[in-house]
Amino acid sequence: MQIGLFVPCFIDAFYPGVGIATLELLERFDCNVDYPFDQTCCGQPMVNSGCHDEARATEALFVKNFAKYDLIVAPSGSCVHQIRDNLTAVEQTPEVKHVRENTLELVEFLHDVLKVDAFPWARFEHRVGYHDSCNTLRNLGHGKPSELHGEYFSKPRALLEKVAGIELVSIDRPDECCGFGGTFSVTEPEVSTQMGQDKIADHGRNGAEYIVSADSSCLMHQSGCAARIGAPIRFKHIAEILNGASQ
Amino acid sequence: MNGNEPNPAATMKRATPEPQPRPAKAADGKRVDHARSAKQFLNAPEHAKSHDTRVWAMRSKRDKQAHTIEEWEELRQLASDIKTHTLTNLDTYLEQFEANAKANGIHVHWAKDGAEHNRIIHEIFNDHGVKSVIKAKSMLMEECGFRHYMDGVGIEIVETDLGERIQQLDGEDPSHIVVPPVHKMRSDVARLFADKLGSDPENDDAHYLAGAQRDATRPLILDADAGMTGANFAVAETGGFVVCTNEGNADLSANVPNLHVASIGIEKLVPRVEDMGVFIRLLSRSALGSPITQYTSHFRGPKQGGEMHVVLVDNGRSKRLGMEKFWSSLKCIRCGACMNTCPVYRRSGGLSYGATYAGPLGLILNPTFDAHRYSNLPFASTLNGSCTNVCPVKINIHEQIFGWRQVLAENGHLPWTKKTGLAAAGKVLASPKGYRAAIKATNSALKHLPRWAIYNRMNAWGEGREMPSPPDNGTFHDWYKRHRLNRDGASRNTPEN
Repeated sequence: MQIGLFVPCFIDAFYPGVGIATLELLERFDCNVDYPFDQTCCGQPMVNSGCHDEARATEALFVKNFAKYDLIVAPSGSCVHQIRDNLTAVEQTPEVKHVRENTLELVEFLHDVLKVDAFPWARFEHRVGYHDSCNTLRNLGHGKPSELHGEYFSKPRALLEKVAGIELVSIDRPDECCGFGGTFSVTEPEVSTQMGQDKIADHGRNGAEYIVSADSSCLMHQSGCAARIGAPIRFKHIAEILNGASQ
Repeated sequence: MNGNEPNPAATMKRATPEPQPRPAKAADGKRVDHARSAKQFLNAPEHAKSHDTRVWAMRSKRDKQAHTIEEWEELRQLASDIKTHTLTNLDTYLEQFEANAKANGIHVHWAKDGAEHNRIIHEIFNDHGVKSVIKAKSMLMEECGFRHYMDGVGIEIVETDLGERIQQLDGEDPSHIVVPPVHKMRSDVARLFADKLGSDPENDDAHYLAGAQRDATRPLILDADAGMTGANFAVAETGGFVVCTNEGNADLSANVPNLHVASIGIEKLVPRVEDMGVFIRLLSRSALGSPITQYTSHFRGPKQGGEMHVVLVDNGRSKRLGMEKFWSSLKCIRCGACMNTCPVYRRSGGLSYGATYAGPLGLILNPTFDAHRYSNLPFASTLNGSCTNVCPVKINIHEQIFGWRQVLAENGHLPWTKKTGLAAAGKVLASPKGYRAAIKATNSALKHLPRWAIYNRMNAWGEGREMPSPPDNGTFHDWYKRHRLNRDGASRNTPEN
């Protein structure tokens, strides 16, 4: 099985460590991974603002880059949601459908496809608050959102629990949005920042040393909020921890 | 215990309370600027914090109630299905309702819009020489600008819902469809009542304030010439309607005067009385997290010697029913659960939406009334989706918010800077070379530019947040080139960039 690795634009630019951890992690499980060099973006910034026409060429490029793989894996819930559910500006050819139906977010891939039962190399001796990004939780089905009635489950927590030394803390509003929201973060900066600060404070008062998530975009926003007010909390992508980061 | 006795703790003098933030209304023909009003709201931190806490408490109570009912998710599906069926056969059920209501002795009127609704009721009032009216809460009447109209023709309207009365006395719109003054603090109400009702401005005890309002309003209720209610549900098979309140004020409004007029949106229909067994279980649990409203009153015809009128109002509903992506918003039973769960609503306050409906529901309803005026609203969302999950009739609210963005963009309602900015982004992101150059430029700028050049009023991100730091060893792309392509020497891709 040939896997195409999609490293979303802001991860490429600002968080190369997340891309590296994802690639190394997949290689540890003997996956055959390729990184198509001409990749850019999934089109989400335009599409989430209603500008589907403006996203068409970007979407077409994405499909051109990734159509040849059996599976596409990305360490970003919101991008996977865009590809799977909203990549509709381009004509829905068999190639496009193949890409949309076979793009997986990293946690899903590890949990549902590889069904990983151990990360022997991983040890993280810290108290961690897990941040369910809204896209992974409600659009990709990473877990049961607190507002729905039903059996509790959480794929990312199930994976993190296999990491030695880790202590997962729960917070007061477990799946409240952190306020990033893509362009929302700059069109509604005050509300966005307030939500971010509230989120960090919730983790902080419940003893988290790290906030960990499967979405670097949420973490970019939260770490920006934390840095501005000097909050001593740190941030990690789940791929980094599962790949053996110790701090 | 006499609820009117002042609570000594509450009468203690405090430092001057924070004034209530009051967003300016958008002028006619202008777009509502949600972000600006939200900023103003957040600049009153006591109000903002109290609002978030209070509204979140409703969401938490809702979760507790919902989670006690094993079949909760099935109930939601059932409610959604009943609404789909009813809306699909709305013409039939409306005619059935009209025939049965008439048979019960109710006068039935049809209003195509708010203006006609107001005119019809004005005529009814004129026929009966009505000068004063007591009224229960109705979002439909807010839509129609009913109170404003009646002010203009000299008929006095007295709101009987405590929250709505507070907002009426303050000359403000409701900020929440279930809890109209939820954005106010008790100190705001104490000052308002002192000014309007002559109560003690230093006493912000809730019981005292409620008592003061009750003392002032009861005589008006007893003397009123007519009573008005909305309806939560209209039952086709009986020609009756159901009103749910917690204060019993709808019952006072309907039963004290001899004339009862009810305004009912045409989407309120349900086929059968037994459908109430589904909706009543969902309504108050979703709204306030209480198992049921204190009063669930079924009205079926005029009282002895009295007269009852029902005005069935369209006001844009038929048009919405024809909108392929948005018709299911007509399923809404106005519980407010989507507002309570919405993190943006909780941080920005209902008045920041500058429209009849605030919160997620407002984002998808208001543009159907005036697309340009409310074109910013569908962007006042992070698309987090919790609104969809709490909706008792399973409206796909966040998908409709997303859908409205596309409709607004395609119809030229996006601000020019946003549209052109995204078009430029689309061009860069469609070109691998352009993209690599843009990343290089961004990271170089972040690394080398002085702080003032990055953090200024052109940078909305930087107002309250630090920018991400560019990585020391280059992008992932650079790393991959260094570490993977040269290792085994064979990649399926030739690096060109």
